[in-house]
Amino acid sequence: MDMALDLVAGIGRATLSLLRATGAITLFALSGLSHIVRPPFYGRVFWGSFLETGFFSLPVVALTALFSGGVIALQSYTGFAQYHAQSAIAGIVVLAVTRELGPVLAGLMVAGRVGAAMAAQIGTMRVTDQIDALDTLSTNPMKYLVAPRLLAGLVALPLLVLIADVLGVAGGFLVAVVKLDFSATAYITATLNALKTEDVTVGLVKAALFGFLITLMGCYHGYNSKGGAEGVGSATTAAVVAASILLLAFDYLITDLFFSH
Amino acid sequence: MTDAPPKIRIRDLHKSFGSKKVLDGVTLDVAQGTSCVIIGGSGSGKSVLLRCILGLMTPDSGSIEIDGENILTAPDSRRESLRGEIGMLFQNAALFDSLPVWENVTFGLLARKHLSRRNARSEAGGILAQVGLDPSVGDLYPAELSGGMQKRVGLARAIAARPDMLFFDEPTTGLDPIMGAVIDGLIVNCVKTLGSTAIAITHDMASAQRIGDQAAMLYRGQLVWQGAASTLMDSGNPYVDQFTHGRREGPITMELRR
Repeated sequence: MDMALDLVAGIGRATLSLLRATGAITLFALSGLSHIVRPPFYGRVFWGSFLETGFFSLPVVALTALFSGGVIALQSYTGFAQYHAQSAIAGIVVLAVTRELGPVLAGLMVAGRVGAAMAAQIGTMRVTDQIDALDTLSTNPMKYLVAPRLLAGLVALPLLVLIADVLGVAGGFLVAVVKLDFSATAYITATLNALKTEDVTVGLVKAALFGFLITLMGCYHGYNSKGGAEGVGSATTAAVVAASILLLAFDYLITDLFFSH
Repeated sequence: MTDAPPKIRIRDLHKSFGSKKVLDGVTLDVAQGTSCVIIGGSGSGKSVLLRCILGLMTPDSGSIEIDGENILTAPDSRRESLRGEIGMLFQNAALFDSLPVWENVTFGLLARKHLSRRNARSEAGGILAQVGLDPSVGDLYPAELSGGMQKRVGLARAIAARPDMLFFDEPTTGLDPIMGAVIDGLIVNCVKTLGSTAIAITHDMASAQRIGDQAAMLYRGQLVWQGAASTLMDSGNPYVDQFTHGRREGPITMELRR
């Protein structure tokens, strides 16, 4: 009986803790979003975050997309060849890349690279009193630190994913043409036939949401970090883990919303 | 003492974290144009008191008046504008790592639109000169500076807007005695030049006597002594005597925790 009560109490505590965290993150997100549209605007901070999120993530995202497109082409060839369905490979590659792999892989790469850096930077500012210093200098930390980063994530990730889509398809094309002896013209025609505007736009909607979630987690965990270097390290880990899980969960929800029927 | 109302008037301030009382009925007046030094051991509530005055923390009860206005009940916009009248030197200077020194120094002026970016660099040079730094330091980043230089830059940032009130959180911590004395000298000079009202918290008795006109001691969230800073070393108060002379025996007991 006692064990059962302990179990129920434990579940209750975990649920309350989850609800509390969800509420705190939601309020943090709403506050950050409201500061995006209210002046003053910190264009230089936005531009720096945009470059960090978009431009400097480009090499790792590009390579990931290129190789992933190639792997899909190779793997689907291995499977489809058994049923003489090799002609479907171009369609498989373009759908997989634009609907899923482009946004998800770019998101995970950016979460590891940018989300962690944001959490570490803001967390260090928190534990070294730099955020308090902002306050004393008549600068709202949410407006100066959080809002520009959220906006940068919202804008930069769709652009990154657009490039990832092109490179992922190019990776599949290269493998199909160079290694598997497909006709280049036939592959491109099949790719264009399979591609729908909706595939790309939903992928970009996902990317914008992922960009927001990654920067939100980076900012939230950094902003609320405590306890010196160890606290900053924990915040960085929490930011990457939370962003990755949320990203995959929302990927499923959006896929279900747009493509399940 | 004059009959003029105090610049900063704190009444019955309480602040707890969970069951731990950090401020327990603090009452303190700081007269216009004077410097008050608050001493006390680690965890005695000094930093929390300063954060409450700065508006970085909200006390549980009590009042903090500046020029007769209770800032705890003032609207956010008023509290925001009051921050423009305050300069703060943090314990570790809290300079913004990602910005060069000149931008750190003029950050508040740029934020309040008192200065354009075009003029900020040369303005920063003038302010850096006031704290004994060469204007060329403006192009360096905080990580390239020594601890003493970081404190000077922090002081330059605090005085840049010529504030009415200056707060110092352990200004000499981590500095050698000579650099500590230099920083104290700069603080005294800045406070006198600007005519500001200052509050400093410190563990450093030499620094306390150099900076302060008045002094107060916090112990377990309560003010146990107030008087002239010059009498710190022979106050006659058992708490102050034990603290200033670093004696193990006396009314102050250390909370040892595993």
